[in-house]
Amino acid sequence: MTRIALHELAHARTGDKGNRSCISLIAYDPAHWPLLVAQVTEARVAELFAHRRPTTVRRYLLPRLQAMNFVLDDVLDGGVNGALNLDAHGKALSSLLLTLVVDPADVAGPPP
Amino acid sequence: MSTNLLRIGCGAGFAGDRWDAAVPVVEALAAAGGPAVLMFETLAERTLALAQLRRRQQPDAGWEPTLDRFVRPVLARCVAAGIPIVGNFGAANPVGAAAVVQGLARELGLGPLRVAVVEGDDLLATLTPDQWAEVLPAGLRGRELVSANAYLGAQEIAAALRAGAQVVVTGRVADPALALGPLIAHFGWAEDDWDRLAAGTMVGHLLECGAQVTGGYFADPGVKDVPDLARVGFPIAEVAADGRCVITKPAGTGGCVTRRTVIEQLLYEIHDPAAYLTPDVVADLTLAEVHEEAADRVALSGVRGHARPPTLKATLCHEGGWLAEGEISYDGAGAAARARLGGDVVAERVRLLGLPVQALRRDLIGVASVFADDAGRWVAPAAQEAEDVRLRVAGATPDRASAEALAREVMALYTCGPAGGGGVRTSVTPRLASDSCYVPRAWLRPGWRFVP
Repeated sequence: MTRIALHELAHARTGDKGNRSCISLIAYDPAHWPLLVAQVTEARVAELFAHRRPTTVRRYLLPRLQAMNFVLDDVLDGGVNGALNLDAHGKALSSLLLTLVVDPADVAGPPP
Repeated sequence: MSTNLLRIGCGAGFAGDRWDAAVPVVEALAAAGGPAVLMFETLAERTLALAQLRRRQQPDAGWEPTLDRFVRPVLARCVAAGIPIVGNFGAANPVGAAAVVQGLARELGLGPLRVAVVEGDDLLATLTPDQWAEVLPAGLRGRELVSANAYLGAQEIAAALRAGAQVVVTGRVADPALALGPLIAHFGWAEDDWDRLAAGTMVGHLLECGAQVTGGYFADPGVKDVPDLARVGFPIAEVAADGRCVITKPAGTGGCVTRRTVIEQLLYEIHDPAAYLTPDVVADLTLAEVHEEAADRVALSGVRGHARPPTLKATLCHEGGWLAEGEISYDGAGAAARARLGGDVVAERVRLLGLPVQALRRDLIGVASVFADDAGRWVAPAAQEAEDVRLRVAGATPDRASAEALAREVMALYTCGPAGGGGVRTSVTPRLASDSCYVPRAWLRPGWRFVP
């Protein structure tokens, strides 16, 4: 089956506090929620952001909102007052998360 | 609608926000007729340290310099309609900001207003050396702090409003307190009514970034389309006595309020949704529900609260050296390779000259930039052959002279660098570094008072 980027299934927003990035991921369609839970794991997000050397990656689930929050520690080169990045807040990192590739055929949803 | 609603409008979500955004918000609040409050959030982590630096040079400065531009367009209408204004534009000098508001009121023929200031967030003026020794992060010992401010809660704002304040000016308070304070004043919520305090905190959280809940920071053409973004309306929350709220925006403005815009902002920067820590309460979103009631009307319910933390968070700023930046564009065949070579040349020149550059970053804008970390550890999947590339070099230095020397090396790429480079821009900027600590509540004595 076709593997697709998360951008087609979900939207996201990045915020920051100090050297910590907080990225939400929200399913467009509640039907895709099980797929996101199964495939957008802490391990896969840690791998996607490996070049930023996160010390921890935590995922918090909000099933009623079909949304999850990722909290990545120490990924902002010191944060808004320390990083040399043009985007010192890491605002663009939600777009990086949405490049993650998922396979819609792998998890069609929980069994009825 | 029932008078047992409080409407809270937001006129700014950060210091750089639109000066005219509050005008339609105030018109909508006045037209609705019931009790209403207008809030302005203009104080980011770094903004306060910059304000403190201004106050050092000029003791009556240190408030948000664009305060006048935010308040002038709406002050007369708010006073006439009985809509109090609550803003954290006091920054490092709330009393100075209050004087600006009083001066503006006189100029507009509104006479002296009841302007209250909230004080007590400044730790440099409060903590003893022994207390500092207990809370200062190890890395900051022996450094001179530029600013140290605790995030105060909503109670002082509420007390000032109950006493009849028409304008409340704060320094550092938790951003949601700008809405929670008015809600406590209006509904008389108890200091330990955790569920309602949490609900009111999330109202403030949804409002505090202005248009971020009404279609700003959201549009993604073809995927998440937002109508008329240039006229995006700023948010209004209609809050009931039990803390449930509806987020909406003024009729006739652009943007949109949908389940999607509200959920994005609800989760923004909250980290653990079961424990969003604020000075007033620990908010819990695990049972929260978001429903579209009608076009541009979205309800939030189900927020719960837990007892507030025993400590207050504080942001500490200290001088952080200088930032040098320089950019140059390369276009056409081989542009990426020429830009990369230009970056290599600057790095080599830094070594040859022995410049004290503590960290050096190179971006190839158009190939790989903001996704990468400062060490450049990110490989763009495609775009290696990009033909429209801007080289950016950024370096941290201890002093201005070395920052200027680094910027000059980018400038010199005009004649000494790769072929066809153009459009150099350079800048050097003093930096403020920040850290945080947690301070026992009992050490602080936050208060409020009227300023004539």
